[in-house]
Amino acid sequence: MIARTVRWVDRRTASAPLLRKTLRYLFPDHWSFLLGEVALYAFIVLVATGIYLTFFFVDSTREVVYHGPYTPLQGQHMSEAYRSVLNISTTVKAGLLIRQTHHWAANIFLASIILHLFRVFFTGAYRKPRELTYFLGVTMLVLALLEGYIGYSLVDDLLSGMGLAIGYSVGLSFPFVGANVMEWLFGAPFPGAESLWPRMYVAHVFLFPVLIGTLLTVHLLLVVMRHHTQFRQKRAATEHAIVGVPTWPGQVPRSLGLLAAVAGVLFLLGGLVQINPIWLWGPYHTYLSTNGAQPDWYLGWLIGALRLVPGFDVVIGNYTLVPNPFWGGVLFPLVVIGFLYFWPWFERRVSGDLAYHNLLDRPRDAPLRTAVGFGMVVWVILVFVAGSSDRVTVLFGLSYTGQIWFYRVASIVGPIVGGLIAYRVCRELQAGETVEKDRHRAEVEARLAGMQTEP
Amino acid sequence: MAKAKDWLLSGLVLLLGRGRRHASHPDPRRIVKKRIPRPGAELAALGLLALSSLSAIAFVVVYAVDRIPWDTQLLGLALGFALVFFATALIVIGKELVPEEELVDEYPPAEHPAEQAAIVETVDEAVDGITRRRLLKLGLLGTGGALALAAITPALSFGPALKIKAFLETPWRRGRRLVDESGRLYRADEIEEGSFYTAFPEGADKEQLGAPLVVVRIPKRQLDLGEMTGYDAEGIVAYSAICTHAGCAVSMYRVPTFRPVEPRPALVCPCHYSTFDVARAGEVLYGPAGRRLPMLPLRIDGRGFIRADGNFNDVVGPTWWGTRMKEPRP
Repeated sequence: MIARTVRWVDRRTASAPLLRKTLRYLFPDHWSFLLGEVALYAFIVLVATGIYLTFFFVDSTREVVYHGPYTPLQGQHMSEAYRSVLNISTTVKAGLLIRQTHHWAANIFLASIILHLFRVFFTGAYRKPRELTYFLGVTMLVLALLEGYIGYSLVDDLLSGMGLAIGYSVGLSFPFVGANVMEWLFGAPFPGAESLWPRMYVAHVFLFPVLIGTLLTVHLLLVVMRHHTQFRQKRAATEHAIVGVPTWPGQVPRSLGLLAAVAGVLFLLGGLVQINPIWLWGPYHTYLSTNGAQPDWYLGWLIGALRLVPGFDVVIGNYTLVPNPFWGGVLFPLVVIGFLYFWPWFERRVSGDLAYHNLLDRPRDAPLRTAVGFGMVVWVILVFVAGSSDRVTVLFGLSYTGQIWFYRVASIVGPIVGGLIAYRVCRELQAGETVEKDRHRAEVEARLAGMQTEP
Repeated sequence: MAKAKDWLLSGLVLLLGRGRRHASHPDPRRIVKKRIPRPGAELAALGLLALSSLSAIAFVVVYAVDRIPWDTQLLGLALGFALVFFATALIVIGKELVPEEELVDEYPPAEHPAEQAAIVETVDEAVDGITRRRLLKLGLLGTGGALALAAITPALSFGPALKIKAFLETPWRRGRRLVDESGRLYRADEIEEGSFYTAFPEGADKEQLGAPLVVVRIPKRQLDLGEMTGYDAEGIVAYSAICTHAGCAVSMYRVPTFRPVEPRPALVCPCHYSTFDVARAGEVLYGPAGRRLPMLPLRIDGRGFIRADGNFNDVVGPTWWGTRMKEPRP
């Protein structure tokens, strides 16, 4: 049976040599290499659940009156978009399961991309010859952030509408052209033209997924063409020799198992753990808002930055050069993303290291990289936590202004201190290893000397 | 993590009641190393596959039978377990049934100089008969640019980019009456101190940013409106409900109930806590907003209804480059 299939395929596609090689392609084994794979599988779940949701979602902000089964919203004016998501959540069988799984998958997708990025960054996996793979990865992270944001904006509940208003204002704050670009993109000043929703919809279900899918394909092709990186942990693993488990029979069941596990966990979360209960938020109107509102976690760093900036616009005469949201909403993410794009180049300049690398560093092997990277992580996390200061005030009654001042100072001091500590820890670990190695060598020498003198 | 994996594996091995045995003599004629059969692990894999199938069928049953309550939770449980059991079965197969191999292979070479040279030669030889190569290259580039320009031009139809007037328009004009969300007219005597009202222009679209107002009443002696003196109507003041920072609705009214802590009555935007002084013409008291809240002049007509007495003093909505240069228009 298998022989017949192989013959059939080879005769039609002439692919037997390629398939034969593919079956014995090697995958180095380390748990951290699974993070990118988790992102890939979350993406598959996102596409599958997303396609299902498109069969029921209505991309229109036309105003309708709700007469569905959810009584608290009976008779309320809302957009068709919001009503259709309410229907998905209440009347479509398995609709709520799929919707919640979709939302969970988006959260896990971004979380695994970011963890994957940490792994790649702190092990120096982006070095030559894999810079392109890395740039594509960072680009996909940016696309995934935007995709997630548009996704929950489409629902048109109160929180999503507030988020869209903030995004619009951040766009407006761009010097010189902000208002023009946003008017063009939205079709009219906020809340935008009738065609805004179809635009966001086609971006969310077509443009961005296709872009991410294409970059993902190229990303994986590049990985395969240059082969995976590996750690030094095995004796046979060198810059020239790769040690790993072959695709067949070792890797296939493991990878399929991971796909099923990711999907399984996502469906369990989607069924059991409520996420974004949009019926509680109610419909969005420009004149409504609510206290303690938070975006999805992966945008928390931006709301934090918007909160921390003191209240000023940069004004020349009566021309507003830089409206306030620019600092937190545009400049801050640009600095972070720009850092990610420029770091490989910067590191090459500083270290003069132009060599090929198939072996990964451990974080301690490159103290400067680890220190700077850790400083950046501390910075973004502190700003991220600052984004939750309103919740802390609402829940625990801690002074809001006090918190903001604390985070303003902490987000400047914290990264420096964190980076210095990381640098120190790397150096200590290195020193410890040298001591260990010296002692080991001394012991071996002593034993050898003993053996020579004894007889 | 690696430890957890090891524990899980050793647990599984213990569960199956037999240790790991490796094939001792690799057979040189084989491609894949032989593994000694492990009936226990096979049984476990089959059991897990059966559980997975059962869960998948449970999903269908829960979907089909309407009487079953908690259908989202049960559907999630059934589908989730079907996939998790399937995953476990696959991992048992991958770790316990198929041969465990650790192979060594060569990385591809850093580069292929001979092929590179051949490619360069192929490209060069194809065009070396062309005499005005430079010019032709410029021509191709130019055409490419022109075609790209033509291709993206239709995107201009998205929306006007230069019609800045649209940002300045508000539905307010002198004499327009204030209504509530359901369209009922506001009377001056309903507006009480310490309370907060959302108002709209009578008969206009409520969703445009220029429409919604927050209306509060302040004791006249507390008002210090400066340039905007006279904008209030017997202590009733009205501001745009849209925050000048990030466009959220300013929906919280901080009445000064705890005097030492919150000394002034203020409007607060819940998005980033920009705080505006209602008694001082909407000046920023705190938060990231860079300019005051636009104020609408009011008057009370003969029948006690509140009317606008003109347009806002500033452009409404989040700030952009021209906000301070322009005037709001009706």
